[in-house]
Amino acid sequence: MADASYPEELLYHPEHDWVRIDGDVATFGITWYAQDALGEVVFFDPPDVGTTVTKDGSYAEVESVKAVSDVIAPLSGEIVEVNVALADKPEAINEDPYGAGWMVKVRLSDVSEKDALLAHGAYTATLT
Amino acid sequence: MSTYTAVTPDDLQAMLSEIGVGSLEEIFERQVPAGVRLGRALDLPAGMVEQDVFAHLRALADANTSVEDEVSFLGAGMYDHYVPAVIDMLMERSEFLTPYTPYQPEVSQGGLQVMFEYQTAISELTALPVSNASVYEGPSAVAAAAYLAKLANGRRRVVVSRGVHPHARQTLATLAPGYGQEIVEVGLRDGVTDPDAWAAAIDADTSAAIFAQPNFLGAVEDGAALVAAARENGDPVVIGSYDPIPLGILTPPGECGVDVAVGEGQSLGNRLDFGGPSFGFFAATHDYLRRMPGRIAGETLDVDGRRGFVLTLQTREQHIRREKATSNICTAQALNALGGVVYLAWLGRRGLVELGELLLQRTHYARQALCALDGVRALHEQPVVREFALILDADVPRVITRCQEQGVNPGYALGRDYPEHPDGLLVALTERRSRADIDRLVEVLGAAVAAERQAAVPVGS
Repeated sequence: MADASYPEELLYHPEHDWVRIDGDVATFGITWYAQDALGEVVFFDPPDVGTTVTKDGSYAEVESVKAVSDVIAPLSGEIVEVNVALADKPEAINEDPYGAGWMVKVRLSDVSEKDALLAHGAYTATLT
Repeated sequence: MSTYTAVTPDDLQAMLSEIGVGSLEEIFERQVPAGVRLGRALDLPAGMVEQDVFAHLRALADANTSVEDEVSFLGAGMYDHYVPAVIDMLMERSEFLTPYTPYQPEVSQGGLQVMFEYQTAISELTALPVSNASVYEGPSAVAAAAYLAKLANGRRRVVVSRGVHPHARQTLATLAPGYGQEIVEVGLRDGVTDPDAWAAAIDADTSAAIFAQPNFLGAVEDGAALVAAARENGDPVVIGSYDPIPLGILTPPGECGVDVAVGEGQSLGNRLDFGGPSFGFFAATHDYLRRMPGRIAGETLDVDGRRGFVLTLQTREQHIRREKATSNICTAQALNALGGVVYLAWLGRRGLVELGELLLQRTHYARQALCALDGVRALHEQPVVREFALILDADVPRVITRCQEQGVNPGYALGRDYPEHPDGLLVALTERRSRADIDRLVEVLGAAVAAERQAAVPVGS
């Protein structure tokens, strides 16, 4: 499992989700802290492409050896892509949470929602 | 104070003082509206001394008739197969009889190994790759399978053949609306699921399509054809409810293309016991592994490289899904499933096939002999393996009573569940019913039908 890390260029949701925004499309995933708390991830149950997600609502489930947990959407929009590679390799969520462990890409319905998210410093401050 | 009583009067008083009430009665007065309270003591008889209670229970028990008391051809989903002594011996071992849920593999290897071997046996029996560690019984297994379909495809409608056990259809009708599902029943034609109605009922909004093999009337369905029709018409999750015993001679569900095979496990090493407890089996293709209820034990290696067993999957259970749990199968269920796996191991592969062939021969013999009687004919001409339906030209409940007076229970009155067959009688065979027993049934049923027809002739004709 990778060492603790929280990339500076990402935005964060207090429920331990990260966002990488590229124009009106954002990539979502869970943070190092979240995957560490969950433990070994054994299954990722993604949403269907085309469904809508709502900020602060659940959009997927991640199952670890300890528990099944909801994954919270940091922003609202429509799912345009899911990381199908996680079906065979859910452990990527543990090994590379900001890279190969990305979960979905979302076409944002309201980019201004990002103003409510936490920057790197504010998020990491919540972890101590 | 008895060790079986949790609180002493002092304990009770201390607890009442703590919450600021004077008596238990006061709690009820303050919490339960007067309008819904009875306002008097329950109308119960006075207490009895232990010996009188024993005598009373003994008298109640004597009112029952068991399959040891008469030559019984009752079946209709539960069957009087012989249960070998080795099953009782193993089920009564305290390690199996008094377990706790085996979350901790370091103290539960025996129980987990039983689950793993049970699952292996069910997988081999059904030709489906994944089996859970059992559910409560057949009917709830059918309803749980329909819910699996809802989880898998999110569709609304459940199509169910009228050949599925009435108890399973009732359980489905009870649970499915709570899951937002709507049930459509497909009727029978010539004793089997009407293929045209089946195909017409299934569409893109159909979540699950369910049939029984053999069906409740004893008829062997064309499983592969039912699956193919479902695939062509909306491709729902196809669920088969199977009697496990004939799987030794019938094409297994996995080879018919069935997605989920479930069924009542009672006939595998569990006695009738006046209706239970028993267990249900639940097997599926890999696609539905994570939607299955209950738990799955897996084989692994411990830190020293030795073979061991763990609970591998329990994806819908309460301790892993917390408030989102949709399944909770009780640990005690494993005891009945233990009977099932010991039974299958006791019979062995060849034994199960031989048992199936024996039942096939006796069923064929009994059907032929009974249909040769005056006033008795087959309800359908479909192939049967262990049970078949007759039509009597006489009042069925009265014929049954007449036969019972001769020590023979001829079978199940179909009219109890199928009003369209008020004259139907369902006759089941097991290896415990010898050819001599069948000959006796033929004699007694023939006489009973003749006597009823005689009695039914109007005076003066």
